[in-house]
Amino acid sequence: MSENKDAVLLLGCPQVPVQTGIALYLLYALKKAGITPVIAGNRAARLLVEVSDPGRHYVGEVIDLDRCIAELAEKKRDFSYFFVFIHNDAGVSYAATVQALSSSPVIALIYGEHYKDIAAQIDFPCEKVAAKAVHNPTPLKKKIEEVLPWVVSNL
Amino acid sequence: MGCIESMKYEILLKNASFKECRDYVRENYPDYRDVQPGFRMFDKYLIGVPPISIGLDGDIIVFPYTKPCYGTFLMRLEDAEEAKRIRSLQKPAKK
Repeated sequence: MSENKDAVLLLGCPQVPVQTGIALYLLYALKKAGITPVIAGNRAARLLVEVSDPGRHYVGEVIDLDRCIAELAEKKRDFSYFFVFIHNDAGVSYAATVQALSSSPVIALIYGEHYKDIAAQIDFPCEKVAAKAVHNPTPLKKKIEEVLPWVVSNL
Repeated sequence: MGCIESMKYEILLKNASFKECRDYVRENYPDYRDVQPGFRMFDKYLIGVPPISIGLDGDIIVFPYTKPCYGTFLMRLEDAEEAKRIRSLQKPAKK
């Protein structure tokens, strides 16, 4: 069912502590579901993930966020799923951009102190997974556990 | 044409939202063009919630530039070649 499928995790600014932990958890969960995960982020976000998994048990391909957007815009690359980490207005902009550039499902992972306000700004088609997670990743992890099986089997 | 960050630019709005940038362009630049995310400007592809409004005033171009950690900047810079290219690609937005 998930054969040859891949997913890109578009990381936002790593200023909210849960991002790296949730990203590693999602890498694990996607691999377990047979989906090849790719990380895209700015230098700091990428390094946090890479340093947290020195044995590369979960982290596979890692690419620059701008390069990822450029390759999508130039139709050089596409992914089966887009998981976009959103805790600010810029995250919403990146989610809208990949939604416009690809026909693949976009899953918006919305977290942080203002997750409700951020979620309310999103009026383009995507799956919203939202929780008030700032330092404690558990609320967002639970939401992901609930929706991921549905996402990978239905979208 | 070169890298946006190496060009002489002015920042009109800092840490703004995509909506604030769109509203500013539409209110201050009667000649504005609406484009989709991924529209190429200089060496970058525009990030944003569609429609993304680009303001034009002669050779002046005003457009949003998003960075993950700093939100969206509304940038103003001058480039005759790029302004001409945008006018040739995009019809003026209907008001």
